[in-house]
Amino acid sequence: MDALTVHRLHFAFTAVFHYLFPQLTMGLALLLVILKTQALRTGKECYNHAARFWGRIFGINFVMGVVTGIPMEFQFGTNWALFSRASGGVIGQTLAMEGVFSFFLESSFLGAFLFGEKRLGPRLHWLSAFLVFLGAWLSGFFIIATNAWMQHPVGYQLLPDGRFALTSFWALLLNQWAWWQYMHTMTASVVTASVVMAALGAFYLLTRQHLEYGRMFVAMGVTAGLIASCLMVFPTGDAQGRNIAYNQPVTLAAMEGLFTDERGAPLMLVGQPNMSEKKLDNPIYLPRVLSFLTFRRWKAEVKGLDAFPQDNWPDNIPLLYFAYHIMAGLGTIFVAVLALAAYMLWRGRLYDTPLMLWALMLLAPFPYIATTAGWMTAEVGRQPWLVFGLMRTAVGSSVEVSAGNAMFTLIGFAGMYSMLAVLFLFLLYLEVQRGPEAAADEHGAAGGSGSALAAD
Amino acid sequence: MKEAHTETLWFCLVAIMIAGYAVLDGFDLGAGIVHLFVARSDAERRSVLASVGPVWDGNEVWLVAGGGVLFFAFPPVYASGFQGFYLPLIIVLWLLILRGIAIEFRNKVSSLVWSPFWDVVFAGASAMLAIFFGAAIGNVVRGVPLDRSGFFFLPLWANLRLMPAAGILDWFTIIVALGSLAALTVHGALWVAMKTAGAVAARARKAADAAWWAVLVITVLLVIIVPLVQPHLGHRFADAPWGFVFPLAAAAGMFGMKLLNGAGRATGAFLASCLYIVGMLTSAAFGLYPYLLPSSTDTAAGLTVYNSAAATYGLTVGLYWFIPGMALVMIYFVFVYRRMV
Ligand code: HDD
Ligand code: HEM
Ligand code: HEM
Repeated sequence: MDALTVHRLHFAFTAVFHYLFPQLTMGLALLLVILKTQALRTGKECYNHAARFWGRIFGINFVMGVVTGIPMEFQFGTNWALFSRASGGVIGQTLAMEGVFSFFLESSFLGAFLFGEKRLGPRLHWLSAFLVFLGAWLSGFFIIATNAWMQHPVGYQLLPDGRFALTSFWALLLNQWAWWQYMHTMTASVVTASVVMAALGAFYLLTRQHLEYGRMFVAMGVTAGLIASCLMVFPTGDAQGRNIAYNQPVTLAAMEGLFTDERGAPLMLVGQPNMSEKKLDNPIYLPRVLSFLTFRRWKAEVKGLDAFPQDNWPDNIPLLYFAYHIMAGLGTIFVAVLALAAYMLWRGRLYDTPLMLWALMLLAPFPYIATTAGWMTAEVGRQPWLVFGLMRTAVGSSVEVSAGNAMFTLIGFAGMYSMLAVLFLFLLYLEVQRGPEAAADEHGAAGGSGSALAAD
Repeated sequence: MKEAHTETLWFCLVAIMIAGYAVLDGFDLGAGIVHLFVARSDAERRSVLASVGPVWDGNEVWLVAGGGVLFFAFPPVYASGFQGFYLPLIIVLWLLILRGIAIEFRNKVSSLVWSPFWDVVFAGASAMLAIFFGAAIGNVVRGVPLDRSGFFFLPLWANLRLMPAAGILDWFTIIVALGSLAALTVHGALWVAMKTAGAVAARARKAADAAWWAVLVITVLLVIIVPLVQPHLGHRFADAPWGFVFPLAAAAGMFGMKLLNGAGRATGAFLASCLYIVGMLTSAAFGLYPYLLPSSTDTAAGLTVYNSAAATYGLTVGLYWFIPGMALVMIYFVFVYRRMV
């Protein structure tokens, strides 16, 4: 393998792994604020118990997010030195803002949220939950703004020495790509957290334990999940698609498996890109729908891959195509399943329909698959560019780091992260076993137990 | 040379972020280093962990934010340094992962094999990190074989001799690394002495007292050899003698911590230790200025505030959010240190 490939795998692997954790914490932070608000409003203790229970799950995820996030911050330099040198003047801005405005906030108040319930009293405790939420969501924004600049560079100027200089701070922060991408990702993280909450509730109901909480989790998860998954499709998913259609038309063609220019282009539901014959095998499609979705006209022309020089095509079209279709397919399934569950919830039948509870429980891994696939779509779709239209991926990596050195650290990360994954699942299992009621006895006893984040 | 006020200001801000990191994460690294010795029973170990539990992550954010600030203000330094120190940096990342996990997960399971294991991981990773950070500072002071392309790559070690293109580890950087280990040991022990009570605090005070002698010896050694290894430093102090306030502060801190610790005033001793660390790091920063990363092979190829700062517009806008942002951070830190530890 050449060094470039190893660097790409290195970044892809660590990014995918990192993102498994923040997506839950960001969504869960919102649900925790809702739980704490309910507790304040109704005065019912069960909401506080639920918040403590999910706070412990949050804590474990947060730690994993932190320890896998720190390597990300440094890998821009270690593995993508030429890219960092060129673009640090622009995206360094948002990365540094993320540190200053969100990581400090989140890390400072998480301890207060997990341990300070007694010391702070209900209102300040609500506030600490809110500040954790604010920190997490700000962090999402700054990192997405960073990524959005690579997808759709704005507010910069190319200097003679090949570096980019920022020319407009507000253009960088108000990048319209960033805002749609942000809303789409944040709603996705609400989907993840809601589905996980509903799935755990369904598990408790199916195994006949913690029934009161099981019902609460299912009801809250299904409701929040349905709202969020509808927002995934429209307006946020739709807007992302149209951003791509206007700004990265070659990516759109590759995502959709459209090899030739078409007026009234069809929306492909199923099919496998055949790269040697440049066509889609076994297609099942909705005629003209793609033209309508992207340009709001049934007969609009959508450019196919053949309209672009081949060296501007994303270098792994099948992967891109499948990633996109998996995400969009799952998005549709989420809306359907959650709508049905919400209907049953409304009719009062959900808690005693085992089939539906099974479906909810088994849904848990799929938001993770959908978000990973979504990021694959974004990042593989950006290829062969590192900064779209400005800098090729091939000229951004760390040239002084040999393939062997990069392989050594890639293998190291793979080993380290496998161990982390095992630990994580084990600790999660313990929390699920202990259940929400355990939180009741321990309330406040945590103070001297060692660590802010490890709530026990 | 052109005037570079904004660039120089950002140089100072980067130095402040690094010093902030060293002082803050320094004490929880130090607590890790002395963990196994000063705390013997499970309850004692929990008390040491409790003293860093609520703050270690916030402290580590100084490193992350410092990295971000370097990336944004001096992109070529971030790019060149992180690529050039590839292996040690990645090892640092692994150690940070292990250490974070050890602190957070140690108390999740009570078992005779679970907590002792994580205690050793916590202590080992903390000590290794202190050594690596020291070596990093040693490398920056000594200079690295940068060429005119602005890049370099260093293996972990060559033959430990000080040569233009040595390795990360040579006798000089090893001395600095040991100095860092000693300084953080004292720093962490004083923190533990301040935040715990009884046997743990007593042992911590003793540990600080013993390790202090190593700090003294290495500091004196460094004062002698650093100007020989990096002549630029000597010239800087000769040209701008007001800079001697920084080493003097370090010296005051060094003797202050010994005397105050001897007098049983743990808080004062800890603050003196903060002063020592800040004094040492600012002396190095002052001595290196305008270099951020000097070249050991070709003086003109060194990265300075002049040839590696980001464009002025970005640096100026940066001040508008950085200063209020860090003011907010101070508020959170006061809250956390007052209410949570
Ligand atoms: C629960 C997860 C989830 C679901 C159900 C969907 N998405 Fe998504 N999608 C994401 C999670 C996600 C994501 C992980 O959040 C991504 C990755 C990068 C980003 O901006 O968001 C993403 C990216 C992403 C992109 C690429 C953006 C880029 O290149 O920057 C497009 C075009 C869409 N989405 C469109 C859709 C559509 C039309 C959906 C409806 C069927 C949909 N997504 C459902
Ligand atoms: C939001 C902040 C992010 C930034 C700034 C970012 C930046 C980058 C960079 C610099 C590369 C290497 C260059 C390249 O291959 O083009 C890359 C590649 C990649 N990233 Fe991201 N990334 C981000 C988030 C993510 C997330 C959350 C994921 C997955 C969950 C992800 C998945 C990938 C993948 C799969 C690649 C490899 C693409 C390829 O080489 O074909 N990224 N990203
Ligand atoms: C490649 C790009 C990325 C980099 C450089 C990065 C960097 C980091 C760092 C350094 C941390 C640890 C902060 C601490 O010490 O408290 C972290 C945690 C976090 N990251 Fe990332 N990250 C990336 C991708 C993402 C993405 C795409 C998101 C979400 C949209 C995200 C959201 C978060 C959140 C919410 C946390 C807090 C910890 C948690 O909740 O799990 N990150 N990240």
